Amino acid sequence: MIRPASRALTAWLLLAPAMTFLFVFTHWPALASLMESFMSTARPRRPSRFVGMDNYQQALSDPVFWKSLTNNLWFALGTIPASIALALLMAIWVNDRLPGRTFARMAYFTPTILPMIAVANIWLFFFTPQYGLIEQIASALGLPSHNWLGSGDTALGAVIMVAIWKEAGFFMIFYLAALQAISPVLAEAANLEGASRWTYFRRVQFPLLMPTTLFVLINAVINAFRMVDHIIVMTRGGPDNATALLMFYIYQVGFNFWDTAYAAALTTILIVMLALIALLQYGWLERRVHYQ
Amino acid sequence: MSAQTRPDPYAPKGLARTLEATGAGLLAVLWISPLVFAFWAAFHPPEFTTRFALMAPLTLDNFTRAWGAAPFARYFLNTFILVTMIFACQAVLCTLAAYAFARFEFPGKSFAFALVLVQLMIMPDVLIVENYRTMGMLGAVDSLPGIALPYVASAFGVFLLRQTFLTVPRELDDAARVEGASAFQILMKIYVPLARPVYIAYGLVSISYHWNNFLWPLIVTNSVEARPLTVGLQIFSSGDQGVDWSIICAATLMTSAPLLIGFLLFQRQFVQSFMRAGIR
Repeated sequence: MIRPASRALTAWLLLAPAMTFLFVFTHWPALASLMESFMSTARPRRPSRFVGMDNYQQALSDPVFWKSLTNNLWFALGTIPASIALALLMAIWVNDRLPGRTFARMAYFTPTILPMIAVANIWLFFFTPQYGLIEQIASALGLPSHNWLGSGDTALGAVIMVAIWKEAGFFMIFYLAALQAISPVLAEAANLEGASRWTYFRRVQFPLLMPTTLFVLINAVINAFRMVDHIIVMTRGGPDNATALLMFYIYQVGFNFWDTAYAAALTTILIVMLALIALLQYGWLERRVHYQ
Repeated sequence: MSAQTRPDPYAPKGLARTLEATGAGLLAVLWISPLVFAFWAAFHPPEFTTRFALMAPLTLDNFTRAWGAAPFARYFLNTFILVTMIFACQAVLCTLAAYAFARFEFPGKSFAFALVLVQLMIMPDVLIVENYRTMGMLGAVDSLPGIALPYVASAFGVFLLRQTFLTVPRELDDAARVEGASAFQILMKIYVPLARPVYIAYGLVSISYHWNNFLWPLIVTNSVEARPLTVGLQIFSSGDQGVDWSIICAATLMTSAPLLIGFLLFQRQFVQSFMRAGIR
């Protein structure tokens, strides 16, 4: 019999490589962002020094920060419910044995595996003024011309559309798996009781899909704070910061303005928000483990 | 009768079925249309980009021009090396860690596991500012390892493999140990072979993720030698090409082609891999 102490040593040796990398590239940078956020950015002839809450104060009075935060909330509100509802609809349609379901599943899922950077280019062309596809269709129908990405009223809506298109098919597969796991006996029983299809969906399927909805929801929330590729391709945050999202602003502050201390403060704010979401998921994961 | 073939009383019939099939079909056409358009534009001369004439001549000209206008061969090589390197490292590191979490009792286990889970929420994607500083100190800026390093220890991989290893019957483990096998031999001879489908699933997810990853590679690279395809494509399409959409569409299809072809050939495996990886 091997002694527990030697088992523990083996375990730590097995863990060591992964933990080292995690520490250096996840835990340390998260901590470093926090520490850095209380310092000033080093400039030539002005080394970095402790400035307390200055960077956070700067954020509070920075209209672009507030703009990117509210944009991000609108982006989340615009993408999450729509992509989840569409995902559910897609899953139900693919799950019913309709003609052409293989094609439908392929079509819905394809955006998931394509690089965002590549598809954003195609969408950019759709939205291009005058020459773009949407403009051409609009002019053929005699509708007035509109610069979708160039106008502050529609730019955010346009990038929201791209995000919904990219994500819905990904979320669909989780609903599809969950729908297929529902026992057909339930449908038979509900049918014997004379429940309509809508009642069956609302009272049986939807509640049983709740864990999936929660899982998808948390993923969607994280994605809403992480997706920036399409912003960089399509609008670069413009016009007039109408599509600047928080992560994009961090990128801009850190790598265009090279104000790393302020970028660290913004990163810390984002980490705190993600940590709050994490707590939510942790509570949920715990509960889920108990069902198994 | 098996559950598979049992009739579903709520399966749509008659008119409802027709309506649903139409709706599903229309949505599918809408969803695939950007890709269809990209194909149209890429395979036709520029003057037909928005003129959908049935008899428009087909051409591969856009692809040759795109290929010649930027070092795509180098970008392909870089991306290929990058995704292979990342997945190889992930597979090794995550397997070792997952084994420790699944089959060992040791002080600090739940704390260590919590430290791993942190990365599920706070991904390297958001830690760009500090990671860039670290890469500067390591001298890894503008290199493929510089892109790969933040991702090689993946909480997601550890979690996924741990869940799989937990389902391996302990009796197998004990029997091998009685025969005198070491912990490492048990891992390689029993756990890894049994988890094969999970490695495939994780591999597909990891490779598509890193093939498509953009922001971090954009920040950390600044030369052709280190740039992956996504960054190369962005520089190509936002560059001084003038806006020639047929070339951009050709380049776009080129960069997505390996994943797209892989997906079309192995649709079921792809969908199931993403499903398995997500549900865990």
